Order: sequence, then C-alpha cells, then structure tokens
Amino acid sequence: MTATAAIDAVGLVKNFGQLRAVDRIDLEVRQGEIFGVLGPNGAGKTTMLKMLATLLPIDAGQARVFGVDVASEPHRVRQLLGVTGQYASVDEDLTATENLWLFGRLQGLRSADARAAAKRLLGQFGLEDAANKPISQFSGGMRRRLDLAASLITRPPLIFLDEPTTGLDPRTRGQMWDTIRDLVAEGCTVLLTTQYLDEADQLAGRIAVIDRGRKVAEGTPDELKTSVGASTLQLHLAPGADYELARQVVRRVAGTEPVVTPESGRMNVPLDTADRAADVLIGFRQAGVAIISVSVAKPTLDEVFLAITGHETTEDAADAEDAEDAEDALLEVQ
Amino acid sequence: MTTITTGSAPPRVVDPAVAVARTRPRTTVAETISQTLSMAWRALKKMRRNPEQFFDVTLQPLLFTAMFAYIFGGAISGSVQSYLPLMIPGIVAQTVLTTCMSSGVQLREDMDKGVFDRFKALPMARIAPLAGPMVADLVRYLIAAGLTFVMGVIIGYRPGGGVLGVLGAIVLAMLTGWAIAWIFTWIGTIARNARSVQGFSMLILFPLTFLSNAFVPVRTLPSGLADFVKINPVSHLVSATRDLANQATITGEVGWTLLAGLVVIAIFAPLSVRSYRRHL
Repeated sequence: MTATAAIDAVGLVKNFGQLRAVDRIDLEVRQGEIFGVLGPNGAGKTTMLKMLATLLPIDAGQARVFGVDVASEPHRVRQLLGVTGQYASVDEDLTATENLWLFGRLQGLRSADARAAAKRLLGQFGLEDAANKPISQFSGGMRRRLDLAASLITRPPLIFLDEPTTGLDPRTRGQMWDTIRDLVAEGCTVLLTTQYLDEADQLAGRIAVIDRGRKVAEGTPDELKTSVGASTLQLHLAPGADYELARQVVRRVAGTEPVVTPESGRMNVPLDTADRAADVLIGFRQAGVAIISVSVAKPTLDEVFLAITGHETTEDAADAEDAEDAEDALLEVQ
Repeated sequence: MTTITTGSAPPRVVDPAVAVARTRPRTTVAETISQTLSMAWRALKKMRRNPEQFFDVTLQPLLFTAMFAYIFGGAISGSVQSYLPLMIPGIVAQTVLTTCMSSGVQLREDMDKGVFDRFKALPMARIAPLAGPMVADLVRYLIAAGLTFVMGVIIGYRPGGGVLGVLGAIVLAMLTGWAIAWIFTWIGTIARNARSVQGFSMLILFPLTFLSNAFVPVRTLPSGLADFVKINPVSHLVSATRDLANQATITGEVGWTLLAGLVVIAIFAPLSVRSYRRHL
C-alpha cells in the first residue's frame, strides 16, 4: 500500500539538560497497524510519544503524522490524534458522562452531538452503569477505559496508548486488548508503548525496542523472539554445583549462552524450541550437574533486552528517574 | 457486567485521508470563546461540588466588614456610621482582590492534575483553560462584592447612590477582579506548587490593598506614601466604587480603573498563555 505513513519520524532528538532522553530515533508506522514500542521504564518511550503528540518540543529531527508536520502544524496534528496517557487523564470532579461531554465540546461538537457521543462510548466500553458516578468512585480498569473512550470522541485516525494495561488485572487487561483490536478493525492506527513483551506480542504487528533513548531493534514479534530463543529453560542448580561445567554443557547441547546468577543458584537457557530442554537436562545428568527445580518459560522482556543490548533493564530505571528529575529541574528554571 | 462486546467485526468508520482533509490550521475566535465557556462550565461544576471553595467569598466579607467598621470607625471617621461610606468600597476592593488570588492557587492545583495532560493534547485554544475558570470566578466576585454591601447595610450603611449605584459598583468590581486575576493566573503558571502561589500572591496583595485609600483618607498619609497610593490602581477602583455607591456618579476614576484593568490584561494574559504553553 502506498498510503501516507501514519507516523514518519526521522532522527528524533530530545535533550533534558545534559541528558539525551531520545537519541536519533527513526520510526515509521504504517496506516492500520498496531505498532508497539517496547522498553523498560525511562527508556524514552513516553518522551518520544509526547514529542509525536505535540506535548514536548522536538529538539532535532522531523516527524509527520499522516504527512502533517508535527513541529510546524501542531494544531492540525492534535486533530488527528487521540492520546491516552499512563495515568488516567480524566477529571476527578466530574462524572463519566460530563467528562466525555466536555471533551466533545472542547473539540467542536455541538452539545447534543457531544452527549450522543458520550452515550455511545459509555455503552461501547461497558460503563453505562457508571455514567453518572463521579470518577473518584471508579476502579483502575474503569478509569483506563474511560480514558481511552475520551480519546475516541472525535474518532481520530491515530491513537497513542502509553502503557495502556500497566497496573490492570489479567481479565481487564484482556478486555483492553480486545478494545484495541477493535479500534484497528475500525480503521485506526495504534501506537502503543509497553513494558511487556507479552503485550506487544499479543497486539503489535511490528515492534521497536527502545533502550536509553535509542532504537536498538525493530521487527515483528517473532523476529524479536527468535533473537532470544523462543523459550527459556529456567534452572535452579543445587548448592555447590559446577557453574562452569553447566555452562559448557549448555553451549555444547543447546548452542546458546546461558544467563547465570550464581548468588541465587539460577541459570536461564534460551532455546529455539521448548523440545531442546530435554537435551539440556540429559546433558546435565550425564555431566553430573545436580538440579533442584526446572521450568520452561517464554522469554521475558529482560531476556530480549539482555540479548539485544547486552545489559539488563533494571539499570535503566535509575537513568529514567534522573531524566525525569532533569525535566522537572528544567521546567523550574523556565 | 464489564465485558466489552462488539460482536462481529465493527465497520471501518475511520478514514485518515478524510480526517487530514478536515483539519484546520488554527482555532477561530468563535471556537476559542466556545472552549472558554466549556472550561467555565467545568469550573462551575467543580465549585458546586466543592462548596468549601465559597468559604473565602462568604466569610471574609462578613467578618472584615464588621471587624473593620467597629475597630477603625471611631478612630478614623469619628463614628462607625460616618466611616461606612469610606470603608465599604474599600472592603469590596479587598475581598475581590483576595478572591483573585485564589484563582491563581486553584489553577496551579488544577494544572497538576492528569486531566490537564488531555487539555494540552486536544486541538483547543491555549487560552481557554486559563480564561475559563476566570469566567466562572465572576460568580465568586459577585458573591464577595454583594455580601459586603449586604453586611454594610446590616451595620447601618445607607448607600447614597441607591440600588443602581451599588449595582454599578458591583459590576465594576467584578470586571476589575477579572482583569487583576490575570496577574495571579500568571503566577499560577510559573510557580512550582499551589503553596508558593499563595505565598507569592500575598506579597503582591498586601501592599496593593493596604497602600491604597481603601481604609484611610489619603490626606492623612505622609507625602511619599501618598504619591504611591494615588497611582495604585486599587485606589482608583476604591474611588470609583465610592462615587458609584455613594453618589451614583460615574467619574473619571471609573475610566482609570478600566484602563488599569486593560493594561493588566494586555501584559499578563499573553505572559500566562506563554508560560502555560511551556509548562508541558
């Protein structure tokens, strides 16, 4: 399809003082797809999203939304976007209906149309019963849904979802996923950030992995996962086990490099297929490496990260806080 | 109960090309006004649900009017009765200014809430989230100014300007309050938190109200101070209010008050919008 890209960003840069929060990121999101931005806390996902949503100035580089330049025509870009943030951005003192009505009015709907849109969305998101309750009585899941509903009032063609399911229970999370799929079926394009590989895997057609402000990988979920192995064999070695010997066995049998945490006796082995787990275990038996427990799991974001970047995600959390502090400091100066 | 059912695949209702073609480059004046009124509606809803917001505009006029009349009346004018025509317009100006201050404090509190993220992401005029609550605050100025006159009449104030004069004085106080509130709105957009807005605003508010002719005749002041008092816009508001309420005459003071209000708006409205834009 030769349609204009929903998002076309080249060399995006954002600095907070000394810290480069977004570092020359290129991004192309095609119309009608769900594009996942995966990364740990503070990797620069939200900052990038805010830049694309006209909420933060772009320090260098260029971004277009459906061909409209973000920096020079922010007002037009805002008419094409629905933004749902990490924290519910609805008014606590108003009811659900009043919130949606207000957002509809602010976007130029006539009063009756805004009321109709509010009713339609509350029905669509299963919130009719709570239509006239103040938001302070809403559960976390209900808030998220109302927040998403608020982004959809004028049916924008591009929806930004910043960690839409963080903090939700598994059932509510599944409902949110269904809702997001429905949006795409209606013709929307969705850009979502997430910390969960699982979520990106379930929803996104393509994923970009962001780390310390840089894009370190991009591809389909399958491509990303094969870079780490389709599953992980998690071993708990017996006390006094020979880790070097175990490592050699893994290299020989599975052909991959295990991730070892001797302090807790843990060893994680990436595998192309879960079947190879048996081979590794037989290798351990033959070599005399004793094991306390065994499980096979899908790769986690940590493992994807480790494989792609060579370091673990936890380090970045500290950087993230620094970045936010730097941002706060900057605002105070202004 | 919370299932989100859509059944079969929903129809494709979103067409990006159409949406792009429909976008407009900027907000029109009509849109800006409509958005400001929507934001005013929101502020009024919030006022109704948090009635404690009315404490300052109800208690302050009642308390201060009675307190000042009985404490200063004898000393300044010889008796409470003869002090009232001088003092009531002063209290009106003072309570309206105090009410302005809370506009800034509330804006700051409001801006820290998540919903402001959405206002910023919406294609709406940047002035609407600032001007909207200020329009709603006209109700608070009305209550503050109205109650001051009511309390004055209870103590024995008989405004010579009659009902029309008093109404004129109230309208002038509301307009001036709306204009001066831009100063505090600006402080609200630059301060770190609501507490610092309050502290900073007090520093402006006290000299403005007390270094004016609100409570004492200017001729009793030393010359340097008297010069400041004469150029203080609050003095003009107080004089204009006295002329309206006591004589039902529209004097040049009304013009000076309105001019001062326009100057304040011309300076602080653009500053506020600029600072709000940056505060993302």
